[in-house]
Amino acid sequence: MEKSEIKAFIAKRCAKELKDGDVVNLGIGLPTMIPAYLPEGVELIIHAELGIVSAGATPKEGDANYDPYHVIDAGGGVASVAYGGGFIDSATNFGLIRGGHVDACFLGALEVDAQGNLANWIIPGKRMPGMGGAMDLCVGARNCIVCMEHTAKGNPKIFEKCRLPLTASHCVNKIITEMCVLEVTDKGLLMTEINPEFTVDDVKAATAAPITVAENLKSMLD
Amino acid sequence: MAKKPVLTAAEAAKMIPEGATILCGGFLACGQARAIVKELVKLGTKNLTLVANDMARETGPMGEKYFGIAELIHNHQVKRIIATHVGMTPEVGQQSAEGTLEVNLIPQGSLAECVRAGGAGLGGVLTPVGVDTLIEQSPLCLGKQTIDGKEYLLMKPIRGDFALLGTYKCDEYGNCWYKGTMRNFNTVMATAADTVIAECEYIVPVGEIEPENIHTYGMCVDYIVEGERK
Repeated sequence: MEKSEIKAFIAKRCAKELKDGDVVNLGIGLPTMIPAYLPEGVELIIHAELGIVSAGATPKEGDANYDPYHVIDAGGGVASVAYGGGFIDSATNFGLIRGGHVDACFLGALEVDAQGNLANWIIPGKRMPGMGGAMDLCVGARNCIVCMEHTAKGNPKIFEKCRLPLTASHCVNKIITEMCVLEVTDKGLLMTEINPEFTVDDVKAATAAPITVAENLKSMLD
Repeated sequence: MAKKPVLTAAEAAKMIPEGATILCGGFLACGQARAIVKELVKLGTKNLTLVANDMARETGPMGEKYFGIAELIHNHQVKRIIATHVGMTPEVGQQSAEGTLEVNLIPQGSLAECVRAGGAGLGGVLTPVGVDTLIEQSPLCLGKQTIDGKEYLLMKPIRGDFALLGTYKCDEYGNCWYKGTMRNFNTVMATAADTVIAECEYIVPVGEIEPENIHTYGMCVDYIVEGERK
């Protein structure tokens, strides 16, 4: 698969996790592609940590709601509020996150491990972008789903134990990559779906943690 | 009720002494007192501590060079920041590596809540966010507590000498209304500083903001500045 195809493939599979009316927070990058693949009849309440509960489509220059100085997203891009949505202050907004009012957050990872630990905010000595709202989302969202390419330049990103400083511990419920879907269980990683382009051995070779294969392993394409 | 004094951005900036701790509302400079910040840059006031979600942006929406408090960083006027995300201002990382800037990163929800606590008379915040992470070693974290079997970090309240709010409409009594995503950290910061300056795009007559729609109450605001209209 080409790089752009990989991202679309993962986003498409992520969209299957969602049902109509879910309150969802989407991380920067790949997760923002998910709404494009929602099944018909599924509408989400997109929660944006900058202060929009129910964010709308990205306005284009010339649109009546194009307002780059007053309505933006957490990446600094122009944003909008959806019909029926509203604006909110940060303290109340993060109360909603920690309080379990967000059904799911989708975010990328530098590393994720078999205990559901996630590292995605700092590479000591190299990059220090900060955690922004990621720690709150990982702890507070009912479902924390990591969506990412299975490896980085051929190196594993899924480990038995994360090596980088954690964003949060025991928070990830599911990992969706272009190779497979992994559920984080008490006994470690359980592969429930696989992309038929790969074998179980391919997945195991690309993963630095033990994987149990579900008895009823399904195709990601079904 | 007394109307609040209206200052120019330059007059407001002159009130802020060297070494002051400033709570800066705004998220990537949306909802930030950018006119006052520009004057602070001109004055060159040094050794500031900035408390803000982020250090704004090196480039604004229309290509503005240094947008919001990013210019204070660029100008080496800041000795310490408490923030959540600095990925859009690489100079923060550079100055931190050079040892000229102390950077305390804390989670976004914890920043909001610590400032809220600072303005609400609370002695701290117990949050599950940050447990098992580097936040446990943050100077803003006072320790860990277990309540009903669940672990929480005790985070210190945050207050400032000054709060700079970036509002849209401000009436003559200091009541503020924020447009779109400008509200972010402004509403809590308005409660947590000794001197609160509200920069707005429009000063409006009292009554224009409906009582139900006042986001920051004039009782919290000490001075009003009319900034740039966007």
